[in-house]
This record gives sequence, structure tokens and C-alpha cells, in this order.
Amino acid sequence: MKKLLLQAALAAALPLSCINVQAAEPTDGGTLNVVVQPEPPSLMIGIYSNAPTQQVAGNIYEGLLRYDKNLEPQPLLAKSWESSEDGTTWTFHLKENVTWHDGKPFTSADVVFSVDKFLRETNSRLRQSLEYVDSITAPDDYTVVFQLKEPFGPFIGLFETGTMPMVPKHIYEGTDYKTNPANHTPIGTGPFKFDEWQKGSYIHAVRNENYHQEGLPHLDEIYWHVIPDAASRSVAYETGKIDVLPGGSVENFDIPRLTGLENSCVTSEGWEYFSPHAWLWINNRNYPMSDKRFRQAIMYAMDREFAKNALWNGYGKIAKGPISSKTKFFDEDLPDYEYNPEKAKELLEEMGYDGTPVRLMPMPYGETWQRWAEAIRQNLSEVGIETDMVATDVAGWNQKLSDWDYDLSFSYLYQYGDPALGVSRSYISDNIAKGSPWNNVEGYANEKVDQLFDEAATAFPDSKRAELYKQVQQQLVEDVPVGWLLELEFPTIYNCKVHNLIDSAIGVNDAFGTAWIEQ
Amino acid sequence: MSILRKLSTNKVALFGLIVLVFLVLVAIFGPYLYETSPWKMVNRPFMPPMENTDLMLGTDTMGRDVLAGLVYGARISLLVGLISTLIALLIGVPLGATAGYFGGWIDEALMRFTEIFQTVPSFALAIVIVAIFEPSVYSITIAIALVSWPPVARLVRGEFLALRNQEYVLAARLNGQTNRNIILREILPNTLSPIIVMASLMVATAILLESALSFLGLGDPEIMSWGYMIGAARTVIRQAWWLSFFPGVAIAITVLALNLVGEGLNEALNPKLSGKRES
Repeated sequence: MKKLLLQAALAAALPLSCINVQAAEPTDGGTLNVVVQPEPPSLMIGIYSNAPTQQVAGNIYEGLLRYDKNLEPQPLLAKSWESSEDGTTWTFHLKENVTWHDGKPFTSADVVFSVDKFLRETNSRLRQSLEYVDSITAPDDYTVVFQLKEPFGPFIGLFETGTMPMVPKHIYEGTDYKTNPANHTPIGTGPFKFDEWQKGSYIHAVRNENYHQEGLPHLDEIYWHVIPDAASRSVAYETGKIDVLPGGSVENFDIPRLTGLENSCVTSEGWEYFSPHAWLWINNRNYPMSDKRFRQAIMYAMDREFAKNALWNGYGKIAKGPISSKTKFFDEDLPDYEYNPEKAKELLEEMGYDGTPVRLMPMPYGETWQRWAEAIRQNLSEVGIETDMVATDVAGWNQKLSDWDYDLSFSYLYQYGDPALGVSRSYISDNIAKGSPWNNVEGYANEKVDQLFDEAATAFPDSKRAELYKQVQQQLVEDVPVGWLLELEFPTIYNCKVHNLIDSAIGVNDAFGTAWIEQ
Repeated sequence: MSILRKLSTNKVALFGLIVLVFLVLVAIFGPYLYETSPWKMVNRPFMPPMENTDLMLGTDTMGRDVLAGLVYGARISLLVGLISTLIALLIGVPLGATAGYFGGWIDEALMRFTEIFQTVPSFALAIVIVAIFEPSVYSITIAIALVSWPPVARLVRGEFLALRNQEYVLAARLNGQTNRNIILREILPNTLSPIIVMASLMVATAILLESALSFLGLGDPEIMSWGYMIGAARTVIRQAWWLSFFPGVAIAITVLALNLVGEGLNEALNPKLSGKRES
């Protein structure tokens, strides 16, 4: 027990040993038991984009592309693609041997229907990106052309299954998408076919015999089990009923114990596309947070290394700035806000901080976040900033952030592989609007930053974007609109008999087509 | 002083009293003698007890001193227990006294009102009250007081019903004394002993209620309390038993001591029971 931190370190080193075992040849067959938490509302991934829906349906539906752990696009339903010189015309060539689970062939008509009709109506996040798309056409059965209005940097990153899943035109065309009974029996092109859903108990999918990738999938069937209680999920894994615990399905403090079990492997890969980024909201509108030096002092006062080790079992990485180091355009040369209480005190003295106490509102997402608030409260009190802890529930927390009725609070957001999709939204002044806890809640407004984000989204090619994002990162790190905490990692824990589990940037969401079980 | 003397002959009650006095001293002077803040992260997390002589009871999930938590927690537990009991008495005694003394429709009305509170499970009601008024030491104290006064009211009413036709009360009434005087000067002093016994047990219940609320995460987030410590340690009980064990023992001992003292008071104040003991 006293070697807890050491255990965590050892656990982090474990995946390496698992990779070594993988030298063996993949074997076919076997049943995989996975936890899904919470139970998804539906498996129709084109309409529901909740995390649990994506986690199951990502193995039934597919997008045109897949992304490796460096977020580089890989072929899936499209075998190749190219863009014009200026980055405004993108042509995709589809695989020709793909069939839907009901036997009908998959063609370019399905792609045009899925993106232009279906998803444009049902997926608000994709709809915003499709604003840049002028037309989507299908010159022949296996070619699709996207004509953009202007270059849009994140475009090639939009083709992931959860963002742009392909849905069957022959089932949905001319129907009301949301009430179509076919939503209960999903038909995709993926490696697994939906079989049965016992509500409250399990979801069952079986091997797609006609899958378009030769030799895949290896597994015969998958059960996603619904187990509502975190402690029971841990026990189910311990007793061997469950083979895979996706990230976030057990409490943090259980991780060292579970990874310490014999034949238990762990990896924190497979979250690169999402790259959850945690920060401290700082309400820039009110004194003393309105003073830049106060915000910088907060950065110096926080012992983020301690929080990472004590609360996250050593998983995660200290966030240097607004962009996750796991995604594109992260600037390596950003200055560090190391833990330095003395410097924090100097800054507070320089600004003449009068000791006005500030309110600290923890995120009501469970124990880790509550403890984190307590740690930061202590850090701040040690440099002379007194805080009043505000107790609230999820609804109250949403409400207070949306109404800007807070001083300091917590949050974490997904980055979706590109700053134009997942980063700029929290800093541009256009996004200052009451009513949402997910926009520019801190009230930071800087014309220069607005302009840089705007230019960077449509600049071409990537090297030009990188230059603009570098400038924006430097500016933001200097201004500290929010207090960046950690690049979160949600380790996936699994039985070592499962091989090649995490194979893409969305991890377990599309993992099982390539995974295999040692027989 | 005969009460104290009687109490001191009852060894069990005496033990309870000594423990209680000790706890009160810790609550009052502890934070001055033991200055480590219970929120300060003093060492690495999950340090077992006795490993470091400075940290006798080890550290918690965040490296905070468990002993400091116990010392500071004693204050809040006893304070909430005492004050909420006091408030409950201030509500329950006048209500019960009025109802019992006047009887008739006043009695009916007040008792129906009391029943409204009695029909709702007290812990559920406390949770609702605290949740509505955001958890703080004030809302918790008031919530506990609001759910614990009805038994007091009923007890006092019962006593008043029994005493109001006693000869000395009739004499006072013939004397022309005001109702207020009769209630406060004549009857109330004669009902004090059951009230005191009940109050001592109520303090124990209040401490348990406060711990239970904190355990559920409805404690005052500014204040370290025993219930909070157990609630925070509950999830790591398999890795770090000492985090929930010591605060648990503290609560058990405090409640036990209060019960022993209450029991002792009951025997000392009740002539029938104390007579039995002497014989």
C-alpha cells in the first residue's frame, strides 16, 4: 500500500511488456466481454453522439477514414484520397467490395446521402464544419468529391466514425430519421453485426463474415455489459467476467489495484483524437481575476505534479497551454508555469492584491474532482489567496457557469484532433454568450487572438497554420485566460490475453475489428 | 450537586463523563495545541499509521494528516451536536408546554403540526433541507434541529398533561398567577429531568446525523469533519483502512460516551431507578 505511487509507475510501464508478447500470430475466435458505462440511449451513431453510443456503435458503423495514434488519416471505407493544390477540392476513392450488414452494396450514393442529408440534419457538431463545404458529389459509384468554399484546416480530420459515420441510404432515405424503426437494429458496414440488446443487461454483436478487410475481424462475438455500479465493475473484472474496462469505467483509486492483478494490462493510448484537456475556469470579468498577474499567480501557486500523482495515479501530463501536446499544432517552446509559490506571492504583491477572497466551485463529477478542488484551495491559501468553497450539484454547476456566477471552477473538454474544432471555442470573443457552460465562459476577449484563430482555421497548408497557432499559444499562455491543469488520461485496463486492442486514435470506440484473443 | 454525586457512584456513567470531558477539551484547545491544518498536504498520500512519528495516524488520499483531521473534526461534531440540540429544545419545549398546558384546540393544532414533521423520515428531511440551502455549518445545524424537535415537544406535552392538574398547579392558579408564570416557574422545573436525559441522547443522535450528512458529501466543504473523513475514505477502504477506521472510532466513542452519560443521568434523576440501584 505504501508503494502506491511506485505501483502506478510500474503499471504505466506494463503496456510495454504486453507489446512484446504480441509477436505471436493472431488467432481467430473467442468471445470478448467489455463494460459499457453508462448504458447508451441508442446505437444509432448518426443521431446519438454520446460517449457510450460511440463506444459500441463504432464497431458496427464505419467512417471513410480511421486515424492512427498520431492522428494521421488511414484508409477504411475509402482506399485513397487526394486534395487539389489549393486545398479546396478533396476526392475520395471508395473500396469496391464493401457491403452493408443486410447484403446491399455500399456506394458513393450512401456517402453523399450520409453527409449531405442525414448528418447535416442530425449532427450539430459536424454541421458547423460543413459550413465550409460547398458541394458533395459522386461522379461514379466509387468516387466522392467534396468541394470546399475555402481551405478548412481540420477538414481531413472529420472522417472519424463518431463524427462522420456512414449510414445506409436504402434504409433511411425519405423517412423520418429519428423515428425510423431501423434505429433499433443498426445496419452498418463495420466488423461486427448487431445481434441483440437486453436493456439493462448487455448488448451482443457477432462477427461480420463479409467484412471488407481480409482476415478481419478475429473475434467471434462481443458482449458489452451494463453494470451500473463502479465497485461492481471492478469486481467483475477481478473475477474474470469482464476482459476490457474502457477508460473511465472504474474509479481512479481502483486503477493501481486492478492493474496490479496478475495478467492485467493497461494502456492510456486511444484517446488522442479526443485529448481531454482539464482546466480551471477563471472568471476574467471580476477583480481580482481581472488582473493578469493574479491569474499568473494562480498558475505558479498550483502544484499540478502533486495532483497528477496523488489524484490521477500518475496518469496524464501537465498541460502547458491551450492545445494538447497529443494533437497537432502543439507548440513545444511554450514557457512553463512551474510550481513556484514564491513567484506567485511576488506577483500578488506587485499587483497589490488586497486579500479579497475568491469562490472556488468544484466540478461535481465525483470524488477525484472534489479532492482536486481541495488541493488547489490549499495551494492557493499557501500563497495568500483565501477561497470559499461553493458546494453544488451537476445542474447547479452548469447553471452557475452558464450565468457566469463563479470565480474559479473546473472543467475538461475534448479537443477533437484540431484546434479549430476543439480549442478556439473556449477563447474567441464571439463565443462569449450566457447560457452554455462549454463556450468562452471565462469572458476572455483579445482581438489579436480572435484574428489568429480565425486565420489559422482556413490557412493552407498546415505549416502556415502551425505558425499562426504558435503565435496564439504564446499569447494565451502569457494572458492565462484559464488555468490549464492536465492533459487527462483515462487508462484502458484489459486482460493480457487480449492483443492489439488499441489500434487507433479513438481507442476502444473502434478497437475490436483488429483485436484478437490468445487461444 | 447530588446529581453529580449520584452520577459519580455509577462507574459506567463516570467513564462516559470522563471521555466526554476529554473530547470537549480536545475540541476547545486541540486546534491551539495541534497547529497542523487538517487541509495541509504534509506528506505523501496513503502513509500508514505509525510509520512516521510526526504523523501518528498516517496520511489520507492527499497526504493530509489524519490526526489533525480528528482533532479539528471534534470541534465541529460537538458544536453541531450541542447547538442543534439547543435549537431543537428551544422549538420543542415551548410548543410541547403550550400544547400540554392549555389542551383543547391549541393542543390539537400544535400536535397535528408536530406530526407533519414526524411523518417524514427525519434523515430524508435533513438531506432535503441541506440540499435546498446549500451545505454549510449553519444549514446543517438548522436541518438537524428541525428534524429532532418533535420528540421533545411530545415528551414535554406528556409531562405537562400529567402535571397540570396537580394540586400545586391548582394552588398556583387559585393564587392568581399568570399562565406564563405557572408554565415557567411551577411546571417546567418539574419536567426538567426527562428533558435533560433526552437532550444528552439527542446530542449523540445529532452527531451521527452530521456525520451521515458529511459522509454523503453534504457537509460544509470548508470544514473538516469526521463524517467527511469517512465519506472521502470509503472508496479506498481496501487500500487504506486507517482513513475510515480512526474517524469511525472517534464517532463511536463520542456517541457511546454521550449515551452512557445520558443513561447515568436518567438513573440519577429518576428516583425510582436510582432507588433500585442503591438497594
